[in-house]
Parts: sequence; structure tokens; C-alpha cells
Amino acid sequence: MIVDVAIVALKAFLVVFMVLNLAGILGWVERKGSALIQDRIGANRASILGFAGMGLVNTLIADPLKFLTKEDFVLFPALVTFAAIPFGDVITLGERVINLQVANLNVGILYVFAMGSLGVYGIVIGAWASNNKFSLLGGVRGSAQMISYEVAMGLSAMGVLMVYGSLDLQEIARDQGALISTLLPPALGFLQPVIGWLPAWGVFLQPLAFLLFFTAAVAETKRIPFDLPEGESELVAGYHVEYSGGKFLMFFAGEFAEVVTAAGVVVTLFFGGWQVPYLMRDGFHFPWGSVWLLPQITVVILQLIAFTVKVLFFCWLQILLRWSVPRFRYDQVMRLGWKMMLPLALLNVVVTAVVIIAAQ
Amino acid sequence: MMPLNYYLILSAVVFAIGVVGVLIRRNLIVVLMSIELMLNAVNLTFIAFSRYLGSMVGQVAVFFVMAVAAAEAVVGLAIIISVFRQRQSLDPQDMQILKW
Amino acid sequence: MDLSTLIFFLLAGLLVISSLLVVFLRDVVHCALALVAALLIIAIFFVSLHAPMVGILQIMVYAGAVMVLFLFVIMFLNPTVLERPRALWWSAAGILALLLGGLLVPLFFNHEPPGDPVASTELFGSPEMLAKSLFGDFVLPFEIASVLLLVAIVGAVVLGKRERSAP
Repeated sequence: MIVDVAIVALKAFLVVFMVLNLAGILGWVERKGSALIQDRIGANRASILGFAGMGLVNTLIADPLKFLTKEDFVLFPALVTFAAIPFGDVITLGERVINLQVANLNVGILYVFAMGSLGVYGIVIGAWASNNKFSLLGGVRGSAQMISYEVAMGLSAMGVLMVYGSLDLQEIARDQGALISTLLPPALGFLQPVIGWLPAWGVFLQPLAFLLFFTAAVAETKRIPFDLPEGESELVAGYHVEYSGGKFLMFFAGEFAEVVTAAGVVVTLFFGGWQVPYLMRDGFHFPWGSVWLLPQITVVILQLIAFTVKVLFFCWLQILLRWSVPRFRYDQVMRLGWKMMLPLALLNVVVTAVVIIAAQ
Repeated sequence: MMPLNYYLILSAVVFAIGVVGVLIRRNLIVVLMSIELMLNAVNLTFIAFSRYLGSMVGQVAVFFVMAVAAAEAVVGLAIIISVFRQRQSLDPQDMQILKW
Repeated sequence: MDLSTLIFFLLAGLLVISSLLVVFLRDVVHCALALVAALLIIAIFFVSLHAPMVGILQIMVYAGAVMVLFLFVIMFLNPTVLERPRALWWSAAGILALLLGGLLVPLFFNHEPPGDPVASTELFGSPEMLAKSLFGDFVLPFEIASVLLLVAIVGAVVLGKRERSAP
């Protein structure tokens, strides 16, 4: 009993540690990466003994120090959401089969959406508490945008849920290990040599849903191109204009944690989670027949690395997106969410349903 | 888990508090919130019974109560907004024209 | 007293306190936040009573959307005048509450509980079971509920429109 609690606590600690670290590192990637894209040098002023470490010192040490030493001291939905995301398949230590997921909920994906809904409160209350009409405006816009895109996110994820037949994220990740050839209905047998050898990742089975979900997730996190509520060049800093120091750091860290979480969810639903293509629990099983057996610990490490690499890729993609694309006007944002993404998501659900029924 | 009575008593207490809220508050929005509180107390009763009788009907009932409560909250708030535009007040005492 | 009993009483106490705050706080925004807290605690109760699907829906729909709507409306209407608590009314209400509680609560003390909870399967309260009931026995109410939601949306949009000044 104590061991169970200890294992869960350890997993939770590891996940929180990883997400927070990633959030911090992403801040650095953002500044240097944006500098690279915009053909300038970026932050390199703060240095320790002349060692500037490419701006790392500036971002990871000097900035937080500056924030914390300003006057006041106030992230959590994003952190808590990551509890439901599986980052590896089971480990068998001795007789104990440990599920590499902090919380094995059988309503896994809904938990993610529920935490997303709660994230709206951060914005609404933050804007209201500022006692500043501009901040309130930014906050109301931001929360309206978030709740609109929650709808689109839920519906586009529904296609994925229909295909994998479960709400549990660990099961979805596991089901993506099968090859598409095992899922093809007889009618589509002619596609076998073309795509049959691919692992059944969500992005292959539901490409439209992937695009919709990723866009909606970026809109949820209110990053460019959807960041009018923050409106860096317009409403000063939008709903967090009145916050400085520690409170701003919380908002900021929360935003990056959301980036990581969004990447984590996208990876789990569409890119196989911790799956390495063709890697089963005991080793590689290539579709052309050769088998390469590996000890279990190697498999687990490979899966962890795969998960990390995929999440990092999507974080990088979001940062790239931020610095390359102009921002939407607010009415364009709402029009996109309700008039374009919602019908497309519904269409996706209907088509998926038809295909699933026809395949039986 | 706990005996059923405990959940029922808790639910009754929350329901009574909700009723009090509807009766004494002079702010329409708080009245609406108290109604939501009452609905949630009833939901708790449904779920407790559903657990103790092993029947899913209670959970289905809660599902519908939630849907109806959401619809009712939406329409109620829209009405409150219209009334506020007319009377610039959220006090039920100011809206007594229909009283005879 | 074991851990689950302790947690139950803790949560129950918090729920009662939150509801009291909803009813008795003066600032509307504070009341709304207290209601959000009450809804979250009730969601925790749902999950502990083997209704995880309904519990998560409670968070997503009730605490996540309906209460945000309440907060929006409060912010737009921005009621600046806080109501003055009137002593006579509130004490009358307090007495009423005690009477109502006094009526309801002993009902449950005297009634024999229906024994132990019926042993439930793994699937009880899961999405599968809920879906089977919803789309099986209760498909008609389900469809009617969707029509109801549509009516509510249309009604809210119509009611919320600003009046054009009549020419």
C-alpha cells in the first residue's frame, strides 16, 4: 500500500519536474529561436564571469530573479492536466506492472478537456481583478476565445475517440502500436501495400482531425496567431497588463506549461504517444518479418525518449508558428472557430462514423 | 462508502441553503446561483441513490438535469440582461409591475 | 475513524461552507467563486460515488462553462450597488432555513438505510454504461434535450440582442 502511494508520488513528481523544466527551457528557446528567425542576436547581456552561454544565463537566471525581486508574489490547470498523459508503456519491475502514467483514468481525455475548461477562470478572474477596463476587455475576449475553441477541440478529438474506441489515453496510445494493415477493412484491401505498413497513428487515420485539433489547441493556449487577448502590440499586454513581478511569472510559466501540455495531448492522440514505430514490448517487429529482441529496460527507455522527442517537436513547432505567422483579428478568430472549424469537425465525425460502420 | 443517509442529509442541507438564498437575496444573479445550488444538491441525491441501488438511471437523470440546468441558466441570464437594460437594477423588488 | 470517513466529513463541511458563502456574501463575484468551489466539491463526490463520467461532465459543463457564463454576465452588468443586508429579513430567513432543514434531515435519520451498497461492476458509472443507458432506454429524452438546448440557444440570442431604436 505504501509502495503504491510512493510510486504514484514519484511519477507525479517526475512529471511536474519535467513540465516545469520544459517550460523554463522553452522560454529560452523562444527568445533565441525568435532571434534566429528574425535575424538578430537576442538576449545575451547577462553573463557570469564572461560566460554568456548563448543567452541561457539571461533567460533562465536573470529574468526569473528580476521577476521575483519585484514587488509582489500569486499555473495549475496546465500542470494538473499533464497527470493524465501516458509517457510510457508498462514497466514490469519484479512482479509489479507499473503503468507509466500518473493517473489512469478511464475518462482520460475528458479529464484533459475539463482541466482546459477550468483554465478559463485564470483569465477571467485575472482580468476582473485588475480593475482596469482594458484588462477586462482583453480578459473577456480571451475567455470567449478559449471556450469557443474548446468546442472545436472536443469535436475534433471525437473522431479519434471513435477510431480507437476508448477515452483512456493509455489505451489510445497502446492501440496506436498496431499496423494499419490489421485495421483495414477488406473493401479497402487494395490500399494494403500503400499504407498497410504504417503504424496506426492518429495522424494517418484522422488527418483532418489532427489539423483541427492542433489549431484549436494553439488557439486555446492563446499563442500567436491567436493572441489578440494578449495583444502585445495593441492592448499593451492585454489582460495581464497590471501584473508585474511574481504574478506575471506565474502567468508566463502557465502559458508555457500549457504549450507543453498541448503538445503532450496532440502527441498522445495523434502521434502514438510513447510508441516507437514497430517497437513492441519485447523488441522491434518490423513489417518485413525481421524481429530484433531487446531487454525490457531498453524498450522502456526508447519509449521515454520517443515521447520526449515528439513533445519537444511540437513545442518547437508552436514556437516556430508564433514567430512566423501574423495574428488573427478577433472577429476572424471567432469566425474561424465557429463557422469553419466546428462544421469541419462535425463532418469529420460523420465521415468517420460512416467508415467505421462500413468496415464492419 | 458512507451510509446513504449521510449523503442525503448533506444534500438536504445544501438544498435548504439554496432555498434560503432564493428567498432572501435581492440580487437576481445570486438568486439564479442559489437555484443552481439547489439543482446540484438534487444531483448529489440522485448519484448517491444510483450508487446504492446499483442502477444507472440515477446517473442518466443527473445528465439530463445538467443539460436542463445549463439551458435554464443561459435563458435566465439572458432575461436578466434584458431586464437590467430596462430598469438598470437587479433588485427583484424593482420588478413588481405584474403584482396586483 | 478511517481515512475515507474523514475525507467525507471534510468535503461535506467544505461544501456546506461554500454554499453558505454563496448565499451570504455581499459581492456577487465572490458568490460566483464560492459556487464554483461548491460545484468542484460536488464533482469530487460524484467521482467517489462511482460516477466518474458524470463527475467530469460536471466540471466541464457546470463549473467550466455555465459558471464562466455567470461571471461574464456579472462583469458586463457590473452591479456597483451592493445590497444592504436587512436584519429582519435575514433572521427570518435563518429561521426558515432551520425549519426546512429540521423538516428534511430527520426524515433521513429515521429511515432505515437500504443495507450495504449493491456490489458494482468495474463498468458502473463508466462512459460505456452511461452511453448504453442514454442511447438505449433514454434515447427519446436525449433527443428532446437536444431540441431543448437548441431552443435555449435561440432564445438567449434573441433576448440578448440590443434593441434597435424604433424609427
